[in-house]
Amino acid sequence: MNLALLAAQATDSGTKMEIGDAALVAVVGYGVVFLGIVMLMVILYITGSIFKKRDAKAAEAKTETKAAPAPDKDAPAAPGSAGHVKLNGIDEKDAAMIMAIVADKMQTPLNELRFISIKEVE
Amino acid sequence: MDILQTLKDLWEGSGFNSFFVDGGWKNLIMIGVACVLLYLGIKKKFEPLLLVGIAFGCLLVNLSYFGPDSADALYHPDLWTNFLDPDSEYYHSYGHILSSGGLLDILYIGVKAGIYPSLIFMGVGAMTDFGPLIANPKSLLLGAAAQMGVFLAFFGAAASGFFTGNQAASIGIIGGADGPTAIFLTTKLAPELLGPIAIAAYSYMALIPMIQPPLMKLLTTEKERKVKMEQNRVVSKTEKIIFPIIVAMFVILLLPSTAPLIGCLMLGNLWRECGVTERLSDTVQNALMNIVTVFLGISVGATTAADSFLNLKTLLIIVLGLTAFCFSTVGGLLVGKLMYVLTGGKVNPLIGSAGVSAVPMAARVSQMEGQKANPSNFLLMHAMGPNVAGVIGSAIAAGFLLTVFS
Repeated sequence: MNLALLAAQATDSGTKMEIGDAALVAVVGYGVVFLGIVMLMVILYITGSIFKKRDAKAAEAKTETKAAPAPDKDAPAAPGSAGHVKLNGIDEKDAAMIMAIVADKMQTPLNELRFISIKEVE
Repeated sequence: MDILQTLKDLWEGSGFNSFFVDGGWKNLIMIGVACVLLYLGIKKKFEPLLLVGIAFGCLLVNLSYFGPDSADALYHPDLWTNFLDPDSEYYHSYGHILSSGGLLDILYIGVKAGIYPSLIFMGVGAMTDFGPLIANPKSLLLGAAAQMGVFLAFFGAAASGFFTGNQAASIGIIGGADGPTAIFLTTKLAPELLGPIAIAAYSYMALIPMIQPPLMKLLTTEKERKVKMEQNRVVSKTEKIIFPIIVAMFVILLLPSTAPLIGCLMLGNLWRECGVTERLSDTVQNALMNIVTVFLGISVGATTAADSFLNLKTLLIIVLGLTAFCFSTVGGLLVGKLMYVLTGGKVNPLIGSAGVSAVPMAARVSQMEGQKANPSNFLLMHAMGPNVAGVIGSAIAAGFLLTVFS
């Protein structure tokens, strides 16, 4: 197979190609496309596997970071829970009303606020 | 002043008179062809952004060019014949084109120099999400398989005895279903065939929803068409940024002749993905793409002067172009079926037909056919992988043909 010779013949605009030469160029051309694509595919698989490993490690680290505070029973209650509000001279009903009003005025969901204590001022 | 003589001169200088002398009737036929193309573009919405421009360019050139004596013509094929003739004193003389050419001659310089197709590729790159391809690199194989039509049509054209090797290569690339690539390769190898090849390429791309479904049904079973594919993995931003850099380096090193197309495609995509060049990405996707489309359409249309368009070769190109499209679809589907077998039925072979690069129409056809077989099927994102792989595959095929024949 001599593609250089074929190319030289084909470059002459007045020359028609032999059927055998044309078949050869077609087969080699299709092969080159596949070769190029397969090599590109291998490169993509390699880079993809590197990133997948990196993402997996990052996800693992994130899970560990999140999991760490869970066993600590003395830690403050997680957002969304009732929490531990210290009430001084006020009943629970009034405290709930006060917390709802504060949340409404701040335009913040109640479960995103943390009340430490509520004290009645004389 | 001789009024009668003046009126006679006026008549003889008019285009109306030219229709009746020296084969001017051919221009009338081409004006009819232009009107049909305008109808298809406007009414039937066949690739209207380009086809309307091409059709109007065709109309303009056939209204104004009636042979080498047409000094006022917008486009002069004879100037370009001299430009390409090594024995002419104007060989490769853009200066002669600028000084003697009409408006469309000057716009055509951008086609001849390969500027417009490359800039269109830049826009395509900026508009394309390669995520589905990165998530599933196997889909590249479908993009490669769907280049079968390119090489079969090339072989058919060369074996027919009507075309030279260069011309056969330009005809074959119609099977890549990629307009800019077809224009790029044809202007390099067989500029005399640019008009019919561009019109065939864009017309068949517009006809994909009619050409592909019968072949898809013929080559796949109901069971295969019903296959639901698993969702692709999520691709990180970094992967998307690295992808165009890797592809540009690898493909251009493999086939340097693909540099204008692949280089621009990947630069456009890098602008899209890198996150710090949003203004450039936006400009390339919209303003630049539109401007280049205007110039490309009208100047390609100008190459359809009656003398060079109305001949047996044009008919053969149209037939061979359709053959190329069909075999490209078949190539993708066959490898899709092979993947279906090898993966134990996890790949729906319908995504193989999207390997022809007409983005995103071919992928939409896969999606529609998949949903017809199974209404809960959603193949679009899976088909986008082979679809964008087809763009890379057709650029590699063009690069190979350019390397062999230029």
